[in-house]
Amino acid sequence: MDAIGMYIHVPFCLGKCPYCDFYSVYPDENLVKEYLGAVKTRIREYSLIYKRGIKTVYFGGGTPNLIGHKGISEILNEIKENFNTENTEEITVECNPNSVTEEFFTEVKKAGVNRISMGLQSANSGELKFLGRKHSAENVLNAVSFAKKAGIENISLDLMIGLENQTKEMLLNSVEFCALLDIPHISSYILKIEENTPFAKRNIVLPDEDASAELYLFVSKELEKRGYNQYEISNYSKEGMESRHNLVYWQGKEYLGIGPGAHSFMENKRFYYERDLKAFIEGAAIVDDGEGGDFEEFLMLNLRLKRGLIKKECAEKFIDGEILFNEALKKAKKIPDMYIETDSERIAITKEGFLISNTIISMLI
Amino acid sequence: MDQSKIRNFSIIAHIDHGKSTLADRILELTESVAIRDMEDQILDNMDLERERGITIKAHAVALNYKADDGEEYLFNLIDTPGHVDFNYEVSRSLAACEGAILVVDASQGIEAQTLANTYLAVDAGLEVLPVLNKIDLPSADPQRVANEIEDIIGLPAQDAPQISAKTGINIKAVLEKIAAEVPPPEGDPDAPLQALIFDSYYDSYRGVIAYVRIKEGTVHPGDTIKMMAVGSEFDVVECGLLRATSLEPKDSLKAGEVGYITASIKNVRDARVGDTITLKNNPAKQALPGYRAVQPMVFCGIYPADGAHYSDLRDALEKLQLNDAALTFEAETSVALGFGFRCGFLGLLHMEIIQERLEREHNLDIITTAPSVIYHITKTNGEKISIDNPTNYPDPANIAFAEEPITNAHIYSPNEYVGNIMELCQERRGVFKDMKYLDTTRVDIHYELPLNEIIYDFFDALKSRTKGYASFDYELMGYERSNLVKLDIMLNGEIVDALSFIIHADKAYSRARKMAEKLKEKIPRQLFEVPVQACIGGKIIARETVKALRKDVLAKCYGGDITRKKKLLEKQKEGKKRMRQLGTVEVPQEAFMSVLKLDE
Repeated sequence: MDAIGMYIHVPFCLGKCPYCDFYSVYPDENLVKEYLGAVKTRIREYSLIYKRGIKTVYFGGGTPNLIGHKGISEILNEIKENFNTENTEEITVECNPNSVTEEFFTEVKKAGVNRISMGLQSANSGELKFLGRKHSAENVLNAVSFAKKAGIENISLDLMIGLENQTKEMLLNSVEFCALLDIPHISSYILKIEENTPFAKRNIVLPDEDASAELYLFVSKELEKRGYNQYEISNYSKEGMESRHNLVYWQGKEYLGIGPGAHSFMENKRFYYERDLKAFIEGAAIVDDGEGGDFEEFLMLNLRLKRGLIKKECAEKFIDGEILFNEALKKAKKIPDMYIETDSERIAITKEGFLISNTIISMLI
Repeated sequence: MDQSKIRNFSIIAHIDHGKSTLADRILELTESVAIRDMEDQILDNMDLERERGITIKAHAVALNYKADDGEEYLFNLIDTPGHVDFNYEVSRSLAACEGAILVVDASQGIEAQTLANTYLAVDAGLEVLPVLNKIDLPSADPQRVANEIEDIIGLPAQDAPQISAKTGINIKAVLEKIAAEVPPPEGDPDAPLQALIFDSYYDSYRGVIAYVRIKEGTVHPGDTIKMMAVGSEFDVVECGLLRATSLEPKDSLKAGEVGYITASIKNVRDARVGDTITLKNNPAKQALPGYRAVQPMVFCGIYPADGAHYSDLRDALEKLQLNDAALTFEAETSVALGFGFRCGFLGLLHMEIIQERLEREHNLDIITTAPSVIYHITKTNGEKISIDNPTNYPDPANIAFAEEPITNAHIYSPNEYVGNIMELCQERRGVFKDMKYLDTTRVDIHYELPLNEIIYDFFDALKSRTKGYASFDYELMGYERSNLVKLDIMLNGEIVDALSFIIHADKAYSRARKMAEKLKEKIPRQLFEVPVQACIGGKIIARETVKALRKDVLAKCYGGDITRKKKLLEKQKEGKKRMRQLGTVEVPQEAFMSVLKLDE
């Protein structure tokens, strides 16, 4: 059976960024301890149910570095003891650039971490202030050099597109910052105001549809100029440096999510934990999220990738995969060329198409 | 029943002045309804009537009342519709009475419709008894309103009962006044039968139940009757009194009485309001005056939102028509909307009521097109045609001249809104006739207004510009020549027939612009740019562009919550199903409806 991805949700933050709707609470010492215990228990329990190798591990948040290198190591050791990690390719920890130390990187490296993801968001102090981020570009610079010193070269930075009053020049600054640091992977998201976040309550004027589309295409062009390949709607990497963990999601493969708010997809079932740390610690059961893994889902996920939906893979995964692929292909051919590329073996969305991928995908399913 | 003890009367009131509440109190006081069956506004038994506070259909109820003079009276209370759309029905209901109670809100005073209906009653020779209602309100000023009634209508009102229908104060005084002052009916029970139909409804077990006032003669079960205008004949199955919650069969109905007749009549069209029933074997020499076949004045297309429900819509319209002789419909097709019906209505309220009943009582999701009136077109070859559907508008080259219906309109309002009202009427091509002060603060503004300017959203606009204080009434005056044009809307270069309408040339440009703007707002961005153009005979007079879609993406793909994403896409797919595909353009249903209300 295939190796799986493992996602650990670390629900702690020192403060809440006003645009963020991920689940997090303040990292009280006892709470962290209880949380670690609960995660380890779940790892042991799952290892009895799913006899799988681990392909990737991803610590997301929240702010995973707030459980310290000890916390990270404890969890990784538990995984190693209970699952087969011989062929684990990638272990990522998301970090907050202003609360990491050299020691942290050195220690987690020892525990097996080989990839770091940080929210740069912007290299401009004004934009960081708008986002309510406490760090500066300099903090990121330092954190990156700590990580590199510790021997972790595989680093990803997040960039945010479509901020209030954002200009191309500002974005170019941020892009150049990443390129100069020779960062191998960049995630670049268009800011979306999520419900129930402080941003949703404020009267924020974001760039309109056309302006944010322009900014998105601009970032894509500038990153590609600098050797970054846009392999997914919001993700860029130097050759061979794609995020293995995220590819698990997009290729419709299986993953286990542990932690409050974490989602799983195993053996065609989707399930998740409620966004409630106390309940998680007390052993709350998973919530059934229905069947997963059908063709529509496979299509929707694969079309996020530049390489697109491949007929051969459809045929391998689904009994009627070839027929389903051909049906989608027929619909795809009605969509203008600027948005979609097709040949008899493949359907893929173009960069212009990525921007309206919801519309396009909904036309294909 | 002794004719001299019968009192036939109706209640006239403006919306919200308390007509139905007064009727409730009268029913209670005469113990016509058991307390346990009593619910508010018992005569308005349609949900819509209760909700909107209006009476749509006439109702009648027979009540026994023992007056202070020791005599037992039979009251027939005929509740009439209060709206201008149903003026004809009101006039027939009034023709069945000898008296009318004029209910006026003691704080608000006389309103437009009250006045119109009061004049109908006075013209019909009825004894009109003013009643001042809502005297329990702190703002009540019965003396001022009594003066107003005397000054404006010319009715003595100083001894008008001052009542509160809500709290029940002084209701008995009203009943006593009816007994004492409404004249008893006249008519010879032995004369040839003349029975006036003032309403009817369809009952699925008994067929049509005709509400009648016997003017002359007598009718019995078993008699063969003839409808004098329609010409059809039936055998009477049953006749009797209309009690509050049931029908009470009797051996006969005699001159002066109000009641019902059933005769296995299958269709309300055979028992038309205003028609005269007589006996086949001993017919009256002539019918009662005042009958006219009701003619729809306002038309619109009604389409099922989902084409699969076409036959459901037809069934629903047929059912509504069983009870509504004024509703007309015939099949029509639209390139944009598919199969539907061209429907005719007495007026705007009637149209809205039918639309709402289709949606609520029949659970249909419908799309309606812009309402139209009937235009008279004289072609260059001398041929005259009537048009109620813009699709049939002839080529302008073949039109010698066109005429449109004009109304006499009266607006009653506090004088502070006169400026706003005149502005509105001028905008709607109104011709000012005169203005009268009803009292020191209220005016009657008289305009001639084209009907097609009223049918869009005139009433809403009037309400919003007078904070709801103005009331409005109109009657058809006749046709006048007019410089009309047909305005078409093109989406991506193709005319959308369902959006075409006929309009005065002077108004075409501003409406075209508003429509184009509204459509731009309502049509979502698509994969390509969509020009929205308004044109007259191929000449484009307004243009907007729905820009191509640029951004519709879930940028962030967080921690494997695929279900949320999937649900979003499914919702999007569902949304697409609710769109109308017009050529290459997807148009949401609300776009069709939104252009009906441009004055916002």
